[in-house]
Amino acid sequence: MILFLIRRLLLVIPVLLGLLLLTFVMIRMVPTDPAAALAGENATAAQIAAIRTDLGLDRPVVLQFLSYLGQVLQGDFGVSLYSNRAIGADILQRLPATLELTFVALIFAAVGGIAIGTAAAVWHNSWFDHLIRLVTVAGLAMASFWLAIMLQFVFSMDLGWLPLRGRLPTGMTPPMAITGLYTVDSILTLNGTTLWASLRHLALPGATLAFGGLATVARFTRSSLLETLQNDYITYERAVGFPRWRIVLPYALRNSLVSPLNQIGLLFGGFISGAVVVEAIFDWPGLGSYLVGAILTADFNATLAVTLVVGVIYALVNIAVDLVQGLIDPRIGKDL
Amino acid sequence: MLVLKKLLRDIPAVLGLVIILTVALLAIFAWQIAPHPEQIYGTNILRRLRPPSADHWMGTDALGRDIFSRVILGARSALIIALGVVGLSMLIGVPLGLYAGYSRGFGSSAVMRLADLFLAVPQLILALAVAQLLSRGLESAMIALSLTYWPFFTRTAYSETLRIRSSLFVEALEGLGASPLRIVALHILPNIAAPLIVRATIGMGFMILTAATLGFLGIGATPPSPEWGLMVAESRQYLPQSWWYAAFPGFAILLTVLGFNLLGDGLRDLVDPKLRRSR
Repeated sequence: MILFLIRRLLLVIPVLLGLLLLTFVMIRMVPTDPAAALAGENATAAQIAAIRTDLGLDRPVVLQFLSYLGQVLQGDFGVSLYSNRAIGADILQRLPATLELTFVALIFAAVGGIAIGTAAAVWHNSWFDHLIRLVTVAGLAMASFWLAIMLQFVFSMDLGWLPLRGRLPTGMTPPMAITGLYTVDSILTLNGTTLWASLRHLALPGATLAFGGLATVARFTRSSLLETLQNDYITYERAVGFPRWRIVLPYALRNSLVSPLNQIGLLFGGFISGAVVVEAIFDWPGLGSYLVGAILTADFNATLAVTLVVGVIYALVNIAVDLVQGLIDPRIGKDL
Repeated sequence: MLVLKKLLRDIPAVLGLVIILTVALLAIFAWQIAPHPEQIYGTNILRRLRPPSADHWMGTDALGRDIFSRVILGARSALIIALGVVGLSMLIGVPLGLYAGYSRGFGSSAVMRLADLFLAVPQLILALAVAQLLSRGLESAMIALSLTYWPFFTRTAYSETLRIRSSLFVEALEGLGASPLRIVALHILPNIAAPLIVRATIGMGFMILTAATLGFLGIGATPPSPEWGLMVAESRQYLPQSWWYAAFPGFAILLTVLGFNLLGDGLRDLVDPKLRRSR
């Protein structure tokens, strides 16, 4: 297992190097000359040349790439062209918000999807099953930005049950930063009010982000459980006279979870990119709204830094999924 | 024809086909079908934000334009983007996949590593990054989406080609002295067409969603063009009073993508019966 982990981590390095090269090429492809843009419209040729030397743009491209590589390895992504703040610090500050939202959505999708999928498989071909099939197919076709706006309209504007935007009500001080996840920090500092407020703020964005994933998990759970239920040992248990819930819940469901769990792992990456839209709509101060802000202000450095960070997270998650799969199904684990 | 008969027995797939054909007809004859073609671009402040009525089925927007007519014309840009992106991605991705699958050696693995590289970041985020480097507009959005979507076709074409490559008939053709180009283009390509078509159908729905998302974020289409994602973005500040403004363009996206997903699922069941979704 540990050997597998090391091998996978080594395999990630070339991909990340390639990704770095890609973002580097993309920075170079920017049609405007960064030195000329920084110098302003009235700059003389000498001033532009001075800035170019200052930024190291006059050195050979290979050397430029190497120094870019060195900077990124130290977590230095340069400064934002828009706000002049260090991008690395900004990203680090916003990452917990995105992770909290993603984890909540993952829990929604996993618990809800497995529950709904199990119910649909147990009562398959009933009206409930058909309804669920319709909802799950529609769930994959729904634009998340539209779902977000419709949920906001119904639950915040019309009914007034849930807050419209943000992580906490304005004026409420966030809990002491231990992990950066407001819910976890509230529990650690035993602060019930903040916990309840942050959960209420998480409900709508979490549900929006989770909806498509919930549909996927439900579909995979349903088909996988249906397949398991046709095994001989299930027939045997039924003949012995076990009640149906005891056959399904501990025995059949456990043997049907490999493919849904695999899907849940894959969802994580999808959720990170889905968070871009959801965060922009709910004013969630995470990586996604940072990316949208960077795009709208043409802040190339920040965009590419976020792309790179997401690529790293994506790669690590994929490794984690493989590991978890090995733990659940020892047959796969043996090959690792 | 047997394939067609089987497909027509699959009710959800037929429903998807009907939806797609309807949307395509609406897109082609948008100007003729729209009840108020002059109100697609023509503004009239006196009519602004009217709720749905017999005259304006989906109400009017903030500039007094007829939302129903704009949604119909929006089908045109949605289909053009999706067709363009899927077509362009296939044009880049399929030849690369065929090449990587048929030839063994350095070039083949270089192509596949490049594809892996593009798949190492979620597609939407990479597309956003590329779109930002280009100038704003529909064409840039299409280029950005194609540049990030081709690896999916390369992967499909690659794995299918690898499977076909070891068949006896390819060996026979090689023995007869057929050129690699001839074998790949005339003999392997027709054999891997089915999975590629399934991928393309599901990709159409996915691209309509992604393109609408780009439009919503302000990177794709520019006002005043009637693009569904852009319309939803414009409607946000008029909630909660004018619910119809946000609801109907989004519903159009849902229905169109649903059509492509249903047809794609049906086609996949035909091509690969092992993946049947229900018993």
